This record gives sequence, C-alpha cells and structure tokens, in this order.
Amino acid sequence: MTANLNSLASINSPVFQPERGFIVALARDARLAVRSKGEVIQALAFFVVVVSLFPLAIGPESALLKRIAPGVVWVAALLSVLLTLPRMFANDHADGTLEQLALSVYPLPTIVAGKIVAHWLMTGLPLAALSPLLGLQFGLASGELAVLCVSLVLGTPVLSMIGAIGAALTLGVRGGSVLLALLVLPLYIPVLIFGAGAVEQAMVSVDFSANLSLLGAIMLLAGLAVPFATAAAVKISLD
Amino acid sequence: MSLFKYSSPTVFYPLAGKLVPWFAALAAIFGVIGLYIGLFVAPEDFQQGEVYRIIFIHVPAAWMAMVIYLVMAMYGVMALTLNTRLSAMMMEALAPTGAIFTALALWTGALWGKPTWGTYWAWDARMTSTLILLFLYIGYLALINAIEDKKRADKAGALLVIVGSVNVPIIYFSVKWWNTLHQGASVSVTASPKMAAIMLWAMLTMSIACWMYAIAISLVRVRAIILERERGRSHSTRAANALSTPNIAAGS
Repeated sequence: MTANLNSLASINSPVFQPERGFIVALARDARLAVRSKGEVIQALAFFVVVVSLFPLAIGPESALLKRIAPGVVWVAALLSVLLTLPRMFANDHADGTLEQLALSVYPLPTIVAGKIVAHWLMTGLPLAALSPLLGLQFGLASGELAVLCVSLVLGTPVLSMIGAIGAALTLGVRGGSVLLALLVLPLYIPVLIFGAGAVEQAMVSVDFSANLSLLGAIMLLAGLAVPFATAAAVKISLD
Repeated sequence: MSLFKYSSPTVFYPLAGKLVPWFAALAAIFGVIGLYIGLFVAPEDFQQGEVYRIIFIHVPAAWMAMVIYLVMAMYGVMALTLNTRLSAMMMEALAPTGAIFTALALWTGALWGKPTWGTYWAWDARMTSTLILLFLYIGYLALINAIEDKKRADKAGALLVIVGSVNVPIIYFSVKWWNTLHQGASVSVTASPKMAAIMLWAMLTMSIACWMYAIAISLVRVRAIILERERGRSHSTRAANALSTPNIAAGS
C-alpha cells in the first residue's frame, strides 16, 4: 500500500513541481491495480455477464437485440464503473494513506486527478476495448462497433470523474455503496444519453459526430472542475 | 454587518419564530384567493374542459421544484465559502419541501396527462428532467441522513447540491435532445394552449401562495433543526422550554 509514499512525503528536487503529484499518484494507483488484477477482471466479467442477461430476458430476436444493443452496453458499462468506484479511495481511507496523501507537499487536486486517470485506465479503457466484442453478439455492424468503442472511450472518463466526487463524499459512510449509486447515477444520465445516442444515430446512418463532440465537451469541462471538487470532497470526508 | 448577525442560529431562531405566522398567513390568504379564482371565476377551457384547472397547482409546484433546488445550491455556496452553519441548516430545511413539490408536480402532471393526452406518463423532456430532479433531491436527503457527523453531513450535502446544480442544465438539454431524437414514441407537451388573463392571475396567485408556504414551512423546519442541533446549550433549552407549541405543532 505504501508503494510510493516516500516520494510523496519529501521534496527531493530543488525545484517544486506540483504536477509531480499527478504522476506519482497515477503511477502508484496503476501499480496497485496491476498487482491485484482480480479486481480489474471482476469488473470486466460483471460487464459481460450483465450484457449477456438481456438476450436471455428479452429473447433471441436479432432485430430487437440489435435495436437495444447501444443502450444495454452503455447501461452495463455505467453499472460496472459504479461497482469499482469505492476502490478509488476506500482502501486508502481505511489504512490512513489518504490522510498522508492530503498532507503531502503536492496539491490535493493533482493527486486526485492522478487517481482518477488511474481508475479510468483500469476500468473505462478495458470496458471500451471489450465493447466491440459484445456489440458483435448483438449483431452490430463494424462501423457501429467503432462508434460504440469511441463513445465509451470519450464517455467513461466522465463516469470516473463524477464517480470520484461521489466516492469521496461517501467515504466511510454506512450503506455507502448503495448511497453512492443513488448520488452518482442521476448525474451519469447526460453521458448515457449522448453515448448511446451516438451509436443509435450511427445505426440509422445519421451523422453521429454531434453526440461524440458533446461527450468530448463534457469530458473537457469535467476535467477542469472535477479535480477541485473531488479534492474538496476528500477534505470534507477527512475532517 | 447588522444582517450578518442573523447567520447565527441562536439569533435567527426567534426571528424565524416571528416570521412564520406572517408567511403562513400570506400563504393561506393567497391560497384561498388563488383557489377561488381558479376554481370558480376562471372559465372552463373550451378544449380541455374542467381538467385544465390542475395547472393552478401543477405549474407552481414545478416552478418551486426548480427554484428550491437553486436556493439550496446558493445556500450550499454560502455554507462552503462563508462556513456558516445556518446555511447548511436552511438547505436541510428546504430539501423535503423541494422534494414534495417535485413529487407533486409529477403526480399532478400524470393526472392531467391521462385525460388530456391519454397517458399518465410519457418520456417527455420536461417530465423526465423533473423526475431526475426528484432523484437529485432524494440523493441529497439520503446523503445527509447517512452521515452521522453533522458538520461533515452539512458540507458533503452542500458540495453535492452544487455539483448537482451545475449538472441540471446539462441534464435538461441532454434529455431534450434525446427526446427530439426519439420523436416517434413521445407526446408533445410543449404546445401549451394560450391562456386567458384570468387563468394567468389564478396561476400567479397560487404561485405566490406556494412561495409563502415554502418559506413558512422551511422556517418552521429550520427552527426544529436548530433546537435539535443546539440541544444541551443553554439558549436552546430556554427556547425549548419557552416554546409556544402552536408554531411547531401546526407546521411540520
């Protein structure tokens, strides 16, 4: 757990570089995730299982399945990101690492940003990479599969970012994971609409670039504001 | 500086107590006038018949649902920047009223929709975003009730509402565009009929009544919250002992 903490606690370089906080936190969380691969694989397996439930519930009619595919894949991605959110801060909070991170010389927003990017690399990116395979099961054509994948690449960072605020606010609260879902899911709705909407428009051969542009715009806006909001949430929870 | 002294719960408590009867009375007066104009004076709508009269509660409730969330966000900014306890208490006092108005707007909308458009619920942009607003209220209430440490609950709730209020316009436009994308399945609710002046007056009067009611009830609730939070401190015990019960008992 304390992989890189020593480098956080002291300033060895004579020049103070706040952006090092981002790199250090990103490297640390990525290393932790790589060393416990189980959690990454579990989230992916959950994603696949949930998507596979829909044909069983609705029936094997291929036209209908193709019609609902974008929505199903997107909702499953939403839920599977949601399940991994507590991981972002909970372990660090439980063993006191989070307090040390908050006390370190680096600005908390840069550290939080590093953790968010690490979370996305370990959940959102694999989900996006796996999504064409699932889309194939639902009979999407290759162009539609590409749009699905791109929409997830653009959208899942926002899920990690908004989720980070919720995860930080619910740290150590009883019934935290259900509460987290209640807080975060309504805020995920725009991403869901634009993400699934892009694929649907691709399916009816309409220009889908507007939806993808909006996803990108939301990602950039969230990227500006969320590190600060999450840092504030972490500080509230540590008080 | 003279106004800032009311940011202390101790000082605000008696002031709120004095204000409650006035706002409650105004709510009652405007409510009676509004209902009288709405139910007896305003003519029957030639297209929708009597059923249109539900707008006299539906529209004010929908306005209040949005306004209260914005007021909560404003108090949230104050709670986080000025670090005033009373702001967070006001948020907590306003939230149930906002949630009730949101639920009322949805419910009356459904009752109106059935005879008018033939369906209780359509995934119309306004209905859907009002439903999401209700989820936001529920999320806030769930969060502040789940956190035991009141100081942390106050700040966490404030941050959540601020994040939510930034999201509200994004949610609204996303739902709106989503709705136009799927035009086939939806009912167009946006084409509102032209309203006669008398109907407008009834609606405005009812809106004022709802404002006054919301202010009165949240002042009653914030008094209860102050008593609860400050219990054990001397001024609070004195206030509780001297409490003329009608204010609290009649309100919440």
